[in-house]
Amino acid sequence: MKIYRRDFLKLMGLGSAVFVLGPGNSVFASDGKMASDDFLFVQLSDSHWGFTGPKVNPDATGTLKKAVGAVNSLELQPDFIMFTGDLTHTTDDDKERRKRLAGFRDIISDLKVKSVRFMPGEHDAALDEGEAFKEFFGKTHYTFDHKGVHFIVLDNVSDPGSNIGESQLQWLSDDLKTLGKDSRIVVFTHRPLFDLYPDWDWYTRDGAKAIELLMPYSNVTVFYGHIHQEHHHKTAHIGHHSAKGLMYPLPAPGSLPKKIQLPWDDAKPYKGLGFRGIETKGKQAEYAITEFGVKGEKL
Amino acid sequence: MRSGKARFLAVSVAAAVCIMFIVSAFAIAAETEQVIQITAKRFEYSPKDITVKKGVPVILEFTSLDRLHGFSCPGLGIRSDIPPKKVTKLRFVPQKVGTFPFHCDNFCGGGHEGMTGTIKVTE
Repeated sequence: MKIYRRDFLKLMGLGSAVFVLGPGNSVFASDGKMASDDFLFVQLSDSHWGFTGPKVNPDATGTLKKAVGAVNSLELQPDFIMFTGDLTHTTDDDKERRKRLAGFRDIISDLKVKSVRFMPGEHDAALDEGEAFKEFFGKTHYTFDHKGVHFIVLDNVSDPGSNIGESQLQWLSDDLKTLGKDSRIVVFTHRPLFDLYPDWDWYTRDGAKAIELLMPYSNVTVFYGHIHQEHHHKTAHIGHHSAKGLMYPLPAPGSLPKKIQLPWDDAKPYKGLGFRGIETKGKQAEYAITEFGVKGEKL
Repeated sequence: MRSGKARFLAVSVAAAVCIMFIVSAFAIAAETEQVIQITAKRFEYSPKDITVKKGVPVILEFTSLDRLHGFSCPGLGIRSDIPPKKVTKLRFVPQKVGTFPFHCDNFCGGGHEGMTGTIKVTE
């Protein structure tokens, strides 16, 4: 019998809503059978298609393609895939922005799983308030339900000042009122809702208002991108979990005087890049995260 | 007559005192306020490194040369939008010594993340 780190934590009485599984303890390494209420989804983020900078990623045009191949090679295919923003790298040229969005869409069309959902990052949407993004991928905030979990996609980037805005907050409030206080809720955002590191602009200006609306609900988990690294944080009982990016890593919050793109390491190519698989079990509001490198290696 | 003259004299003295007070107040304010003009354009502030004195009021006068920018200095708890075509004033009194980074917090394009500066507060 394989004991996952998740199970170990439970046995130790240290369980929490999210379990980060280490190498060799992946949910994707199970026997391939899942109960009907169990499911997996994959989070990819910050692919920055269109970025050029050989010192930080000499394989800028190949990294996303490798990640698509890696997702396709997963032993257990996810029920759906979520891209949490910055699909493309920003450009002032409206035509070029659409060209990049189209290029991104062409690459990810090779994903075997066809249930793929999107949200913008500020690089996709802040210069035109999401206009081009919507042409390609539809709404920038929406909800969907899957096997008993209510997913809420919040847009905190189309406003260049990183405001969710009163209108969307009212929409969120109205949506939450339809749910029971113990509903299983997953929120996707691009930027962190909490003040992760304001000196580096790692926050959402009115994120506290969204957290306040979510706080009465006992089973809420937030998955986000933007900071190009794995990070885990809690605001009371609400967990916030950022994903790695697919173009260049960024330093840990406040670890360097300035936020800079970390240079490529020839000894460890693609270091700091990757994606994650997230498993939830039945009616439990628990999520087990498995981190993967760009080529699908378990981290 | 005497009371009219006295009244005139009293009003004149009061007016003179008021004028002197106002002039003095402006003079004191000019001496004690630090006014710093800062231009913002993609993707830089000029000047980008500012030194001010603790306890002395500061007025930052921002002018954007191109589009909407922002100014956020979380360490000092101050921020403002910087719209183009107008001067935006931000007044604060620095209460602690140190070097505090600031950045543009209205996304303005490819170099946005490098649009930063520092405020150094000295004793």
